[in-house]
This record gives sequence, C-alpha cells and structure tokens, in this order.
Amino acid sequence: MEIVMAFVCGFLFMAAIYLILSRSLLRIIIGTGLLSHGAHLLILTMGGLGGTAPPVLAEGVSDFADPIPQALILTAIVISFGVTAFILVLAYRAYQELKTDDTTAMKGSGIDD
Amino acid sequence: MINFLLFPILITFFTGMILIFFQKNIYLQRTISLISLGVATICALFVMLKVQRDGIQSVTFGDWPAPYGITMVADGVSTLLVLTSLLLTFFITWYSFGSIGKEREHFFYYPGVMFILTGVNGAFTTGDIFNMFVFFEVLLMSSYLLIVLGGEKKQLRESIQYILVNIISSALFVITVAYLYSIIGTLSMADIAMKITAINQPGIITTIAVLFLMVFGLKAAIFPLYFWLPSSYAAPPIPVLALFGALLTKVGVYAIMRTYTLFFVHDIAFTHQMLLIFAVLTIIAGCIGALAHFDVKQIIIYNIVIAVGVILFGVAQMNFDGLEGAMFYLVHDMIIKAALFMLVGIIVYITGTSDLRKMGGLMRKYPSLGWFYLIAAFGLAGIPPLSGFVGKLLIVQGGFAAGNTWSSIFILASSLIVLLSVIRIFLYAFWGEEGQTVQIQEKTYKQLYYPTVILVVISIAYGVGSEWVTPFMDSAARVLTNPSIYIEAVMKGAQP
Repeated sequence: MEIVMAFVCGFLFMAAIYLILSRSLLRIIIGTGLLSHGAHLLILTMGGLGGTAPPVLAEGVSDFADPIPQALILTAIVISFGVTAFILVLAYRAYQELKTDDTTAMKGSGIDD
Repeated sequence: MINFLLFPILITFFTGMILIFFQKNIYLQRTISLISLGVATICALFVMLKVQRDGIQSVTFGDWPAPYGITMVADGVSTLLVLTSLLLTFFITWYSFGSIGKEREHFFYYPGVMFILTGVNGAFTTGDIFNMFVFFEVLLMSSYLLIVLGGEKKQLRESIQYILVNIISSALFVITVAYLYSIIGTLSMADIAMKITAINQPGIITTIAVLFLMVFGLKAAIFPLYFWLPSSYAAPPIPVLALFGALLTKVGVYAIMRTYTLFFVHDIAFTHQMLLIFAVLTIIAGCIGALAHFDVKQIIIYNIVIAVGVILFGVAQMNFDGLEGAMFYLVHDMIIKAALFMLVGIIVYITGTSDLRKMGGLMRKYPSLGWFYLIAAFGLAGIPPLSGFVGKLLIVQGGFAAGNTWSSIFILASSLIVLLSVIRIFLYAFWGEEGQTVQIQEKTYKQLYYPTVILVVISIAYGVGSEWVTPFMDSAARVLTNPSIYIEAVMKGAQP
C-alpha cells in the first residue's frame, strides 16, 4: 500500500511541477494546490499506514492508527487553504491591474540601470 | 514551567487583533502599537534576565509531559533574538508614522506588523519542529499582506513571485518534516536531537539535513536560493523593507543555526563543510550584487545576502568562538540592517529617487544624516569599536581554530567589499554637486530622523559596550555548542 501511495504522491508532485512551470497564473495556482495535496499525502504515508483501531485508549487495543500525521495534515490543509485563497485574490487583482495573467508578459523592465 | 516567556508573543498577537477593530482611527492604532511594542520589549528583557540567572525556561502546552506536548523554550539564543526583533520593530513602527502613508495605515498595516512579529518571535521560541512550520506560516501570511499592501503594479508583480517561492518552500518544509517523522517518530526538537544521537545519524538523516538546508536556505537567502530576494524586497515601501530585511531572513538563519547545532551534529565533516562552502558562495554572490547596482535599496539588500553568508560561516565552524561570533553578528546585523534601511529610506524620501547617479551634495543640507550614515556604514563593515567588529573577529577566530584558514581570510577580505559598497552610497549621495531633491516637510523629516538616529546610537552602544553583552552571548553559545544543556532543560523543565 505504501508503494501505491508513493506513486500517487510522485504523480501529484509531477503534475504540480508541470503546472507551476507554465506561464498562466491560474495554472500555477492549481499547481501549488496539487503540490500541497502531494505533501499532505506524503505525511500520511510517512507516518505509516495501517492500524485497525482509532487512536483512543481502550482495553486490549494495541494496533491503532498514528494520530500525529493526521493532526499535522489538518494543520497543513488549513494553512494551504488560506494561502490558496490569498493567492487567488492576488492573482485576480494583478490581472485587473496588469491586464494579463501571463507571467512573462508581467515581467517589466529591470529595477535599475 | 514558566508562562512568562509567552508574553512577548501573546502581547503582539492580541494587539494585532485589537488593532483590526480600530481600522479608521490611525492615531489610536499608532499609540496602541507603540505602547504594546514597548511593553513586549520590557517583558522580553525580563525573560532574558531570568534565563541568564536561572537557566533555560520552557513551557509545555496542556500540561503534557515533555516529548508529547508542544514546548516553547526560552534559551540564550531565542531570548536575545526575541528582544532584538521587538526593539527593532518598535523603531521601525515609529519610523513608519512619517513614511508609510495614510492609505496603508487605514488598511491593516499595523496589525500586519504585529502578526509578523508574532510569527517571528514564535519561530524563535518554539521547541517543536512542526510548530516552527506553523509560526513560519504566520509570519509568511503577514509578510504577504505587507508586501502587497498598497497594490502598486510593481508590488503586485513581485509579490506573486515572492508568494510562489514561499509556497514551494513551505511544501518542502512539510515534506522534510514528514521524512524526519517517518525515521525519528517525534516532533519535539529536544527529543529529535536525543533520538538522532541514539541512532548515531545514519546517511538518511544527513539527507534530511541537506533538505532542511534547502528549506531554510530559501528563507534565509543562501547562495543558489537567493534569486527571489533582491527583486521582491525592493517592491514594498521602505519601512516594510526594513522590517523584512532585519527580521525575515534572520528567521531562516536562526532555523539553520538551530537544526545544525542541535540535530545534525554527528557528521560535521559533511554537513558543516557543505554549509561552509555555501556560506562562502553566498558572500561572493552578495558582493557581486552589492557592487553591481546603482540603486541604494539594491545595494543594502545585497548586503543582507553577504551577512547571511558571514553568519552561516560562523555556524559552520561548530566551535565556541565561531558560534558566539555568529550570535554576535546576527544581533548586530539585525540592528544595523534596520538602521541602514531607515537611513537609505530618508535619503530616498529627500531625493525622490533611489538611483545613486541622480543624487549628490546632501552633506550641505543634512550634515548630521551624512555622519550617522557614515557611522552605520563603518559599523556594517566591522570597523572597531563599532558593532560589526566583535562578531566578525570571533567568527574569524573560530575559523582559524577549526583550520579553515583561507576561507577565514576571505571573510576578512569581504569586509572591504562591504565597506566599498556602502561607502559608494556616501560618496554619491552626500558629496559632490547637488543633485535632485524634493521638498519634504520638516515634521516628516523629524519623524524619520529620530528613530533612525536612536537605532544607530543603539548599534554604537552594542559595539562599544560589547563587554556587557558578552555574558548573554556566552550563554547562547554554550547552548549552541552543547546540545545536551538544551535537551536536559527541556526534558526536565516540562515535567508536570
């Protein structure tokens, strides 16, 4: 099962990097979303899959799931949600102001000299 | 168990929230932020004195025993940095009264500053690696706000790049923590250090060390990963630039310092040698940038990169002198960079341009500004008895002691380039024919001038009075050179 998950993570990262390297701002943002999905899935896999019981202290349960990766993912999901919302608004604002969503067209001239 | 060490973080956090309610009342916002920053600074000072007297203080949330709960640790390193960042923000906030502009003040500039400080101080204080990620995100979110606040075309363009770089580095941070967790099975930094010692750092941990260097190096702007810094930092207005330049990269440097002295200390021949090479390359890249530009902001921004290299060179020596020097230089650099950005900001406001070639002859009208700039520039380059000298001396001593003779000499030589790059600003802006100036009000000038001058005076005092600072630096360097002090204090101090 870990192998399958590793492939899924790898696929997500691949798609994310492909999208981030494109020019369109919206594709880049979708790429960052996929990147964080891949990272979250990786945390889950790295914590070790398996465990049949919920991580609650009870008589006779020894094979329980690791709760920490789930807590970490929950935190990371909330953060990436906030960041994605922010960058979407920023991209829209930049589109209004700069009249383009193409990152190469956005690049103005150099800063000085 | 002491809750007091949380005060510097909590005060700024709650002030930020309160300020949001007074969006329209600028004067109230200004007063509240200055008062709360002052109070937080005093609290930080008390925490530092307490740590100096009674040793490392820690608090574990929810009364969980040490490795299970999230720990906040105040040791010599973190208290010094917390105090410095609060002190600097006090002056930068004061400086913003005259320079940031009403529009930005109306749209949550002060809450942004408060939240960024919460994140920075949290990241300095936390004793849990995932919690550090959370505090990094707190400071990054507020830095996104501050960098784009105002919505100028240049800001929008550069902030997209800045945010993207940071999203990717945050994803890498999470991935690295996941790798570490899969091998070590814990997130408490003291516990991680203990377990890595127990398994004697196999190759996979060294790989993780390299990944951590990449993650924190992106934030600290070390050699191959500093590409985003110059253009992004030039976009926001001067007070924000001063805040970023003084605090943000230093958080990355602190994180490298912490992980490379606490976790990855068993394969120094590889990890610290690599750090040393990157540090030297960072200095070279920074020197080239600092000499190449005619834009005053860019010159000082590239000096950030150089300073990061010098501090990491001290860390890479991994001996007492090198680390004490790194701490000395880190605090010095935070103060002097804030002061320099503020001075350069005044020059930009007076002349209305940041291009050196259009400036000139300011010495006639603003002589005291010129002399204070010269002092700050000498301090940056490390001319004794100013503040950069002690740090660099100790770093180079550490370098010689560790047998890195040539690279230590190189560090000394790089000081000359630093001096040249900042003196160039002095020559172009203050000497020569009178260049372009714009009318600025006497009151505004004073609002910019006083906080800057006080900060320069503080930096002089830090250099001249380094004798009094030394005990604090000693205890910081002791914690860094001897991780067992940190581990024992955290494990013992957090017992219920």
